Amino acid sequence: MLDYNKYLRQQKFPLIWCAGCGDGIVLKSMLRAIDKIGLSKDEICMVSGIGCSSRLTGYVDFNTLHTTHGRAIAFATGVKMAKPEMHVIVVTGDGDATAIGGNHYIHAARRNIDISVILFNNNIYGMTGGQVSPTTPIGSRASTAPFGNPENSFNISGLAEAAGASFVARGTVHDALILDKYIEKAIRKKGFSVVEVMTPCPTAYGRRNRIGDGVAMIKDLKEHSVSVRKASKMSEEELNDKVVTGILVDRERPEYTDNYNKLIERVKGSNS
Amino acid sequence: MKTDPKGVLTGEHYLDGDHACAEGALAAGCRFFAGYPITPSTEVAERFCSRIPLVGGIFIQMEDELGSMAAVVGASWSGKKSMTVTSGPGFSLMMENIGLAAMMETPCVVVNVQRGGPSTGLPTMVGQADMMQARWGSHGDYEIIALSPASPQESFDYTIFAFNFAEKYRVPVMVMMDECVGHMTEKVVIPPAGKIDVAYRTMTTLSPDKYLPYVPEKNLVPDMMPVGEGYNIHSTGLTHDERGYPVMSPDAQDKIVNRLVDKINKNADDIIMIEEEDTEDADIIVMAYGITSRVTMPAIFEARKKGLKVGFIKLITVWPFPEKRIKQLAKTAKAFVMPEINLGQVVLELERIVAGKTKVYHVPHAGGWVHDPADIYKAIEEAANGNKK
Ligand code: SF4
Repeated sequence: MLDYNKYLRQQKFPLIWCAGCGDGIVLKSMLRAIDKIGLSKDEICMVSGIGCSSRLTGYVDFNTLHTTHGRAIAFATGVKMAKPEMHVIVVTGDGDATAIGGNHYIHAARRNIDISVILFNNNIYGMTGGQVSPTTPIGSRASTAPFGNPENSFNISGLAEAAGASFVARGTVHDALILDKYIEKAIRKKGFSVVEVMTPCPTAYGRRNRIGDGVAMIKDLKEHSVSVRKASKMSEEELNDKVVTGILVDRERPEYTDNYNKLIERVKGSNS
Repeated sequence: MKTDPKGVLTGEHYLDGDHACAEGALAAGCRFFAGYPITPSTEVAERFCSRIPLVGGIFIQMEDELGSMAAVVGASWSGKKSMTVTSGPGFSLMMENIGLAAMMETPCVVVNVQRGGPSTGLPTMVGQADMMQARWGSHGDYEIIALSPASPQESFDYTIFAFNFAEKYRVPVMVMMDECVGHMTEKVVIPPAGKIDVAYRTMTTLSPDKYLPYVPEKNLVPDMMPVGEGYNIHSTGLTHDERGYPVMSPDAQDKIVNRLVDKINKNADDIIMIEEEDTEDADIIVMAYGITSRVTMPAIFEARKKGLKVGFIKLITVWPFPEKRIKQLAKTAKAFVMPEINLGQVVLELERIVAGKTKVYHVPHAGGWVHDPADIYKAIEEAANGNKK
């Protein structure tokens, strides 16, 4: 079994995450994927924004940069362009990446810059105490939607696909070992990749919506997830309350740092 | 440290302030630029993006100024000298990550070619009304460095100074240009690469197991180590300790915020650059910066012709403000006159420092055009008469 400790900053423990939070499951899955690929710690730069999941960068012994709310992907764009040889991984949440940071999310996908985004989707703003997020399902309760959320929610994987990402997968913390594979593929993929991970926030979402504690929420996740293959045979109505999991996009598109380096070679050549 | 000859366009040129700024950045060793188009600064980006691939550097047009500033801070942590260029509305958006750069102690340069504001204001016309925003536009306590060029030549020179200060003090440095200087074309002399002094951040010499990224070293500035060099550093916008780890306590806050402020204020003598002319025995001292320092000259000549003893101070460094020197001069001068293209910003600092010991006459201008030198002359005359009474 993998010795997780070699990747952790143990002096930073205990974690700030609540008991029953799914974020730790995603953390371990990421570490297994990184270990499997065999990347050295120094090859990885992990960038995060603000929120519960974004605190992850403090706990892992890579090059880690904990930035401002919504800007992790834009920040990571600078890191990656200036050091293209690094594996740049962004850790972010649904609010961070698709509300305040939505513009950076779609434009990074459009550029198809070689950054892997691990997007912790818990359908809520956990750290600030349970406000409605762009992925809070319609009708669900949040501290800022006390009578039920009147807004439609985002399909954030679909958004990444439409904007041009090379690789998009959606997994859940219930199927953590499958998640390892998605994260591994995302990191290996040259281009912009997104792994949307459905993860429970019992404290700010589960309680208010009477789903229960962390375990109950994970069971609930299991009951509501269907594979892409199965989903393709289901009607839109049947899919209404479902989480479609699997690899949603895996394609080759020109990658931005590559394109830029080719541009440099071409321009330099034309001037010598 | 000398600059890379490939980035230096040695020779005599006829350039506007925006283009000169781009050349200054290249000569200073800037190899990463992220920006978003905005009048009247766009020409800096256009010039830079056509030159930078030749030296293997990077230009990226981001989706907005929030992202531009974030990318600049990111690239600096990857070890590249980095900059962005903007004007008022974009400057407002950059404030978020200018604060992050201050907190993470990230070397970077932000150029603001000022236009009339507030809001969209006068996109194509001059202003100097972002001076206070440059200083404290992001939330919380911190200090930055701001320089103000008055010509294309100075735009070139001060952009290099800006990078040198940014690297030395690990701080965002603002080049507070204005539309007039940005769009004014004059002779710019670019020296040979070997004659241009450029600084680079001090890197730690400690081994990864001994290095703590936020231990203050020389000048209260910690030695730096970018990502990907075997040090597995952590940096955060949260209040942090010497390891860079978040610490939520008043003690940690007290320590870090005071140092962020002290590393600029206690090194002010090294950072402050001013030009003085006939100040020693002056009755009246005119103080100005940027384009206004040039518009002021006819008024000063006129006043001297009339027999008034008028001295002149041009601020090259606006922030930190030359407090020590002004205190000395406040003992001998009878009045200060300060024109600026705003309704009173840097003059507030002047007033605070002279603390009523001598009079201060402000010559405001709401923007859109430079002062009529006659208005500055009138203020000098008023200062002279006011003191006769
Ligand atoms: S508030 Fe929610 S997301 Fe945040 S740590 Fe607690 S359970 Fe996890």
